[in-house]
Amino acid sequence: MLRHIIGKLALTIAAVFLVNGALTAEEKILHFYNWSDYIAEDTLENFTKETGIKVVYDVFDSNEVLETKLLAGKSGFDIVVPSNSFLARQIKAGVFQKIDKSKLTNYGNLDKALLKVLETNDPGNLYGVPYLWGTTGLGINPAKIKAVLGDDAPMNSWDLVFQEKYISKLKSCGVSFLDAPSDVLPSVLLYLGEDPNSLSTSMYLDKVQPLLMKIRSHVTYYHSSKYINDLANGDICVAIGWSGDVAQAATRADEAENNVEVQYVIPTEGAGLWFDMLAIPADAKNVENAHILINYLMRPDVIAEITNYVWYANANTASFNLVDKEISGDTSIYPDAETKKKLFIFDVMPPKIDRVQNRIMTRIRTGQ
Amino acid sequence: MRAKLENTLKKIIPRGRSIVIAIPFAWMILFFLIPFAFVLKISFAELQLAIPPFTALTKLIEESLHIKLNLGNYLFLLQDPLYINAYISSVKFAFVSTMLCLLIGYPMAYAISKSSPNIRNILLMLIVLPSWTEFLIRIYAWIGILKNNGILNNFLLWLGVIDEPLVILNTNIAVYIGIVYGYLPFMILPLYTNLTKHDDTLLEAAYDLGCPPWKSFLTITLPLSFAGIVAGCMLVFIPAVGEFVIPELLGGSETLMIGKVLWQEFFNNRDWPVASAVAIIMLIILAVPLAIFHHFQAKETL
Repeated sequence: MLRHIIGKLALTIAAVFLVNGALTAEEKILHFYNWSDYIAEDTLENFTKETGIKVVYDVFDSNEVLETKLLAGKSGFDIVVPSNSFLARQIKAGVFQKIDKSKLTNYGNLDKALLKVLETNDPGNLYGVPYLWGTTGLGINPAKIKAVLGDDAPMNSWDLVFQEKYISKLKSCGVSFLDAPSDVLPSVLLYLGEDPNSLSTSMYLDKVQPLLMKIRSHVTYYHSSKYINDLANGDICVAIGWSGDVAQAATRADEAENNVEVQYVIPTEGAGLWFDMLAIPADAKNVENAHILINYLMRPDVIAEITNYVWYANANTASFNLVDKEISGDTSIYPDAETKKKLFIFDVMPPKIDRVQNRIMTRIRTGQ
Repeated sequence: MRAKLENTLKKIIPRGRSIVIAIPFAWMILFFLIPFAFVLKISFAELQLAIPPFTALTKLIEESLHIKLNLGNYLFLLQDPLYINAYISSVKFAFVSTMLCLLIGYPMAYAISKSSPNIRNILLMLIVLPSWTEFLIRIYAWIGILKNNGILNNFLLWLGVIDEPLVILNTNIAVYIGIVYGYLPFMILPLYTNLTKHDDTLLEAAYDLGCPPWKSFLTITLPLSFAGIVAGCMLVFIPAVGEFVIPELLGGSETLMIGKVLWQEFFNNRDWPVASAVAIIMLIILAVPLAIFHHFQAKETL
């Protein structure tokens, strides 16, 4: 009996070793670190079916968390998705390796104009491939705003949140700001008619800070994700937010059938434009597989599915007709030429400006 | 010759007792002292854009070792009142929460220690059991309880006690509730351990001599449980000062705690040296109550 058990055990162990051995020999694995809720449900499953490469998927919810892992080194990831301005800084820190475009047969599907814009952050588009993009604008609940401000409320303008006479009244139905100084402060500069990517500390301290200090008591809270649910539930009526997140709030409100209507608007003054970029860390182990996935994500049908799921625009010209009309026809997600002219791209800031921006945000949040 | 060898070997090879002592020492060195040394080192470095994002302290130039200690990070913390305010505010949060835990925890620990042994274990289980659920989830649950259209407000509205919802979530009150809730077991358990050790005959003697119960509590039980009070207070106070999760989830914009400031230095400003300096100062602040704790603990074992 005992011998029988030992025999079986030995067989099992041998089997386990064989299977493991087979797996390591092929190295069909890939570590992908992406934003949360930022891919279609079956994208990776389909990819594994097609290529046999198993994807170990992990998510983050802020550029800062990703950046800290990358700067600490040996992150263990093969593909990461920083936003363009963060990518620019990380390239300088030597975090990434160049992407081998000869392996990317679908590269031609990308929007040439957008690639040109991205050269500000990544000259020659050497290190990053645009995945999805969006803008930082306003999420609004038109009915509630009208109830508070009347019919002539400036729904399409930054006035709504930056003018004391409006925001002081909107306080009663709830206002949220992103807890992201690198998004909010440039928007204020744009509103003031200044360079949104200003490199002058006095511009932030003497122009942006006084404006925000004046309205700080009217902001319900500063948070970068809570507003999605609160907009959908009608707990807040206006939010400075990211385009796709607000679109998700709108969908949730729609599904809940709770009589809440949420809209995303790019203010007429303009708004910040950002891209999330696929990039390969310099110390990635599965570089070949990383290229295969990046190429897969540039296939028009694949990226169209993702856009249809997460409501963020992609940079893939060839996929445009495959995207749901409801999304591709929405100028707040795919802005028209007129709106595009008013968008500015977030640029990378030197540490000194970063610190000033963050310090102002803390002062605005806490009053200290 | 052989006996001599054995003797020297005995001296070199550690005996059972020293091995047992060595384990906690090794633990402290591995998980406290070495990480602390790293943080201390980074706090004297300078920020740079590279992997890792700070400069090295030592440099070999022409066969001579150069050590460069940058004190700027510590001086920086003094320049901006934000950091001092955050330390003071954190200590205040921790102190008030500790006192609340003591006020709530002491009667509970006392009641458990005085209950019959059968019920005692059940009561202790009820204190410990909630911590089997993940800490984060329990704090998230408070969001559902405290929010404007949450359980508490709906209940109070239904009772007719209030006409409009109380704003508790995203305020300092919510942070106090969260900390007291989260750390209460750490107050109750050492108090309970202390209170069960008391000799009941002392109380009986006091009673026989005509001492009223409240007086015997104040003159006998309370002084005897002092070491338990100190232990419980330290176990609550020290982690509460550096608490990050509770103020982040339940606190509002006016909630200023050093944990959040440290997060911002590390993640938003990506200034590891300043973040390390913040952590070192926090450790020094915590060392004072720790020393007091140690003092009383030593007294108790004597």
